[in-house]
Amino acid sequence: MSEVTKKVDARGSFCPGPLMELIKAVKGSQVGDVIEVLSSDAGSAKDIPEWVKKMGHEMVYSEKEGDYWKIAVRKMK
Amino acid sequence: MAKRIAILGGGTAGTTLANRLARQLSHEIRKGEAEVLLISNTDRHIYQPGYLFVAFNEKPLDHFIRPQKSLVHRLVTMVYDDVEKIDVEKKELLSKRNRYAYDYLVIATGSYPDFDAVPGMKEITYNFYTPEGAEKLRDRLATFEGGKIMIVIDVPHKCPAAPLEVTLMLDDYFRRRNMRDKVELLYTYPIGRIHSLQPVADWALPEFEKRNIQYETYFNMESIDPEKKTVNTMDGAEHPFDLLISIPAHKGAPVVLNSGLGDESGFIPTDRYTLKMVGHDDVYVIGDATNLPISKAGSTAHYESETLTHNLISRIRGLPETKLYDGRVACFLENSLGDASFIIFDYNHPPKPADTSELIHWFKAMYNELYWLTARGLM
Ligand SMILES: Cc1cc2nc3c(=O)[nH]c(=O)nc-3n(C[C@H](O)[C@H](O)[C@H](O)COP(=O)(O)OP(=O)(O)OC[C@H]3O[C@@H](n4cnc5c(N)ncnc54)[C@H](O)[C@@H]3O)c2cc1C
Repeated sequence: MSEVTKKVDARGSFCPGPLMELIKAVKGSQVGDVIEVLSSDAGSAKDIPEWVKKMGHEMVYSEKEGDYWKIAVRKMK
Repeated sequence: MAKRIAILGGGTAGTTLANRLARQLSHEIRKGEAEVLLISNTDRHIYQPGYLFVAFNEKPLDHFIRPQKSLVHRLVTMVYDDVEKIDVEKKELLSKRNRYAYDYLVIATGSYPDFDAVPGMKEITYNFYTPEGAEKLRDRLATFEGGKIMIVIDVPHKCPAAPLEVTLMLDDYFRRRNMRDKVELLYTYPIGRIHSLQPVADWALPEFEKRNIQYETYFNMESIDPEKKTVNTMDGAEHPFDLLISIPAHKGAPVVLNSGLGDESGFIPTDRYTLKMVGHDDVYVIGDATNLPISKAGSTAHYESETLTHNLISRIRGLPETKLYDGRVACFLENSLGDASFIIFDYNHPPKPADTSELIHWFKAMYNELYWLTARGLM
């Protein structure tokens, strides 16, 4: 399992929202870093993988934990 | 010895909080038991949402500026100084000419667009996020004869609704001047829809389609070529423009970066409920300066100040802190120069835009004047 480099707790974030928090974190990271986002928004489980694929990064995991999602992304470029 | 609450930054958050505290602690301040010290590096107070109305030549910039001293309660100790370092270990603030010790510190230093974040941007872009920018954009729009206007956005930025609003207002502005057919409007957004909030994206999309506003999603800027007048995106594409309006990624204040308190962009790790700087019981953060995953907005600052006023008064009086911030944010959404919608939400309740109406726009216009009561801590 990859080491998480940065954690973003975006639970309760509607605006700008978990995906925007992730984009912010990815921009401030190095290639190879793994960023874990916590989100209470069901939409994130769809939104985040879509953006990750489009931008050429990599999904590490996406799992539901109680009433929130834990999603990790590796910065690829 | 008076317990000193030092508030760094005299914008929306700092001024509102200082005034609320001074009013409610008047007894303690008069007896010399407490002091509210507000430090600002400017003697002008600007109502930033006004920039949008300046850009469309609805009101002059002066209309949205007041002298800071006219807004501050007489029991606030107001100091104009540029603090260069925050030392949370020694509990003091340092400027070129002074040292301010504190018992409790509130950091309210705001957030700032970073036009250096994308290569080429500052050479060519227009903006409505700074006072000079709003006036320059107003003059450019007034003489614009036609062509492609492109709106580009990076995160984080304050007022997440403003880019959408400026686009809808641009459409109306050129329609009112009978030249909409000469103007191509292209709005861009970094994710797969036109606003991060699904309900707001759903609210705006039919307007875009009805009003022939073009949009491009998954638009992530890499650089701007000021000579060729193109925006280059991460997928390798080049997008030409005639007039570029940018809302670049924001940073925290230089003093936060210089003091090593924030993350790499200068936003301070903050507890979402107590608004304390993580790991520091005597330091609070309010307004745009936090790293909280919520909108950087004046309304956020306003609601946060309610929590902090209560808790700081409790501390001065030797009582436990009992108020928690619930993540509340409220935002107007301008749909044109004549109608608007409104959203309100918190950590547990997602927003749902109100039906667009002239009445809500009128209410926003009223709020633009009532803001000064908010800053005074009266509303
Ligand atoms: C175009 C635009 C439209 C907007 N529209 C809306 C809207 O419709 N609704 C809404 O709610 N919000 C809106 N906002 C956002 C709102 O203006 C900000 O979120 C709000 O001002 C944040 O308050 P603040 O006190 O955290 O920061 P600011 O108001 O920016 O104040 C920070 C203060 O700290 C001072 N400072 C910084 N560093 C130092 C230092 N080292 N020493 C001393 N002083 C220092 C600065 O001079 C400044 O006065 C808009 C913003 C813009 C730009």
